[in-house]
Amino acid sequence: MALEVQTLESAVVRFAGDSGDGMQLTGSQFTNSTALSGNDLATFPDFPAEIRAPVGTTFGVSAFQINFGATSIKTVGDQPDVLVAMNPAALKVNLSNLRKGGMLVLDEGSFTTRNLQKAGYADNPAEGDTLDGYQVIKLDISKMTMEAVKEFGLGNKEALRCKNMWTLGLMLWMYTRKRQPVIDWLEKKFAKKPEIANANIAALNAGHAYGETSELSAHIHQYEVEPVHAEPGIYRTVTGSQALSWGIAAGGELSGLEIMFGSYPITPASPILHTLSGMKELGIVTFQAEDEIAAICAALGASYAGALGVTSSSGPGIALKTEALGLAISTELPLVVINSQRGGPSTGLPTKTEQSDLYQAIYGRNGDAPMPVVATRSPGDCFEVAIEACRLAVKYMTPVMLLTDGFIANAAEPWKLPDLDAIEPFPASQAKTPEGDEAFNPFLRDEETLARNWGVPGVKGTEHRIGGIEKSYDTGHISYDPANHQKMTDTRFAKIDGIAGDIPDQVVDQGEDSGTLAVVGWGSTYGPIEEAVKRARADGLSVSHIHLRYLNPFPKNLENLLGGFDKILVPEMNNGQLKTVLRDKFLLDAKPFTQVSGLPFKIGDLLSAIRAEIAS
Amino acid sequence: MNEMTTPQEKLTIKDFTSDQEVRWCPGCGDYAILKCMQRTLPELGATRENTVFVSGIGCSSRFPYYMDTYGFHTIHGRAPAIATGVKLAKPELDVWVITGDGDGLSIGGNHLVHAIRRDVDLNILLFNNQIYGLTKGQYSPTSVVGTKTPSTPQGSVDPTLNPIAFALGSGARFVARTVDTAQKHMPDVFKRAHAFKGASFVEILQNCIVYNDAIWEEITNKKTAPDHQLLLEHGTPMIFGAERNKGIIFNTKSFALEVVTIGENSVTEGDILVHDETSLQMARMLGDLGEKPGEPAPMGVIYASEADHSYVDAVRGQMDSEKGKRTLKDIIRGGQTWVVE
Repeated sequence: MALEVQTLESAVVRFAGDSGDGMQLTGSQFTNSTALSGNDLATFPDFPAEIRAPVGTTFGVSAFQINFGATSIKTVGDQPDVLVAMNPAALKVNLSNLRKGGMLVLDEGSFTTRNLQKAGYADNPAEGDTLDGYQVIKLDISKMTMEAVKEFGLGNKEALRCKNMWTLGLMLWMYTRKRQPVIDWLEKKFAKKPEIANANIAALNAGHAYGETSELSAHIHQYEVEPVHAEPGIYRTVTGSQALSWGIAAGGELSGLEIMFGSYPITPASPILHTLSGMKELGIVTFQAEDEIAAICAALGASYAGALGVTSSSGPGIALKTEALGLAISTELPLVVINSQRGGPSTGLPTKTEQSDLYQAIYGRNGDAPMPVVATRSPGDCFEVAIEACRLAVKYMTPVMLLTDGFIANAAEPWKLPDLDAIEPFPASQAKTPEGDEAFNPFLRDEETLARNWGVPGVKGTEHRIGGIEKSYDTGHISYDPANHQKMTDTRFAKIDGIAGDIPDQVVDQGEDSGTLAVVGWGSTYGPIEEAVKRARADGLSVSHIHLRYLNPFPKNLENLLGGFDKILVPEMNNGQLKTVLRDKFLLDAKPFTQVSGLPFKIGDLLSAIRAEIAS
Repeated sequence: MNEMTTPQEKLTIKDFTSDQEVRWCPGCGDYAILKCMQRTLPELGATRENTVFVSGIGCSSRFPYYMDTYGFHTIHGRAPAIATGVKLAKPELDVWVITGDGDGLSIGGNHLVHAIRRDVDLNILLFNNQIYGLTKGQYSPTSVVGTKTPSTPQGSVDPTLNPIAFALGSGARFVARTVDTAQKHMPDVFKRAHAFKGASFVEILQNCIVYNDAIWEEITNKKTAPDHQLLLEHGTPMIFGAERNKGIIFNTKSFALEVVTIGENSVTEGDILVHDETSLQMARMLGDLGEKPGEPAPMGVIYASEADHSYVDAVRGQMDSEKGKRTLKDIIRGGQTWVVE
């Protein structure tokens, strides 16, 4: 007799296997079914940089983690409750992180001598006492998959490929999720290869049926996670790269400018190039350039011609774009530069996340070259931040750096669809043909924003020449005058600093406006900090969470706000960059809490740091 | 867009001359090229508002400041990439790229390759003076071996890059050469480059009077020029020389072009190759001509073969064919959605 269905508040499941085992697809399909069940969720695709590392090795392990729940989910979860390990290497890499007493689903069929050797196991861990303390379910998934798809006449290799769907079927049964969305997806994906679609569906059904009918159900619970009480509206899941691309498209529509997107392939930024390249119907020009430099230069050329240039890359590529960024600052042209940060320096950890390009964003150029810097905190937040970057670029005639990271780029979360009609447009202003004999001055400034006069080719009477050489404040012509350079440098800073008056005051995300400790974060650390602060507050500690979207300039009230706390702790996935900037700007005793492991913060680690800081 | 359909006013050289004082060294070859451009644009029916000059860094790259059109003086080597962006955003503009042998062939070589390969409808003028002028006279990729400069006091050892071969190797469909002093020849080359749909690459032999004076002397000196220049004209035999008795033949045994004298070794005018500017094979051989002693430097349009469609049209055509099919709202709602009530 089957055990009754248990209701959980939340669960963390991690699918791990070889790069070729299809773990990312398994995870994203489980995510989709979970989203359609109405749960809140956060995902973490964690894959190697190699496309196909040697089969069976530990460095070829690809994993996908999802945390889902009936309450608000802010992180991917510190420790999985369930680990699905498709081979010994996946077990080796991921076991240490599984919750004690957690469930382990193993594909016994892949625990061959050869695979054990490749993973570096002298003895089979599935047989000794290594796994004591976990709830272990050993199944020959490979064999059962082969049997399930036998009738479709696939080759051995192709048949075995269906084992991820078998596993997904089992997990969907365990968490009472619907199979139909996966079946629909398989039918669409393999529309031209119905035998492959049918085999995968058969494997999915077989895995599900195994859970339902086998003896498994006698000692394994089935779980239910109730829908989350979310704000009413229409929802979908969204990754950071999608939301960012859509935000850029919206920025184009709201400004009335054509988007010209120049980019060069780089991990983890390429999905933005792919997404925007598939949106040509919106009048978005996409250009895969010969290199990172050409990508930003073409975008800047388009801005010069009256479009809104956008470029996107990751740290190493942003480094190459630096000189052109200086030109954009000097010629005061609108431009949006997206940095999907990854582990550095140099090639670093291409597929792992980090937020170590903050200095590069704020300071990393020759000359005194200020530019606004904004950062996203979650996949859904990318949409708003991208629009804001476009707004600032156009209104202030400046390049804007938008920082996101590899984690946000690939992670998915439920997202309430925005009401596009409710977003305030920010139509760009371009110079018209001057009346009479009035000479056109491209550096005539708006008194309020200090933005210069944007004259664009094709318009009669606004012909002008600009470039990277210093320009006269009064005429826009070349000027080597010492006093003029001082004035222009001051003006460029005043323009960027002035943006502080045009952005919302900093709010406290959680907690009081003053107290013992402020935990100040930016970017994708939002979820773990939010959760850690919540727990600290539940323990009665005086802690508040402040999360920054605007990193240059800071909101006007930030200095006062931070002044209301006895202590400031800055958790960052870098070596302490925001901490340094805060100290520099406000002469505050901000304390760092840093981690550069290529992984998101764990709530537990943050909580310990908060406790330690309060106790110190 | 102008709302009034007033008859096109007749523009003159003055209309294309900006109010900025020209700051090249006295006697620099750039002056002649600038004047020629200012004089030729009205003849092309160009308008100031639809003409854009994009340049990189170097002496030649100051060019845009002196043209009363739109101008963008950018960063070292990147003009072709920036110009590509200008053209993609506003295909109706006439975009000229001004670059030099250091800017275009050294630091910016990659961008030049790809602007040419894509066949972006740009008019690319490369001023070749075989030297870095603005940084005070270091050798460049086109300097001849043995050039003594501050950075090569014992003479340069790097082999020389041939701009014409470089362009053809990149897939250029329009390649021409002219020289700064040729005030009659240069406008014709500009006109051809301008009329060509696609990337037009023009090498302009230009004299740097301060750091590399007289390198083109044999070609520009009236006395020696006839023997050192081969003025190309499509459909006309490649005859040159002060006596008009020298010509180019194709030697089938050496598989190369060869200089011959008409009347010697039973060579007649009928043996001389007729220039066919649509022949890529001939263009490649002409690109190498002039490197050996006794060979003339081909001048004029070496190769011109328009593609069936333009790159920018193709890029924008992909957008136009999709236009209106989905809105941003459709895209955002495109995935699987659910409703929370």
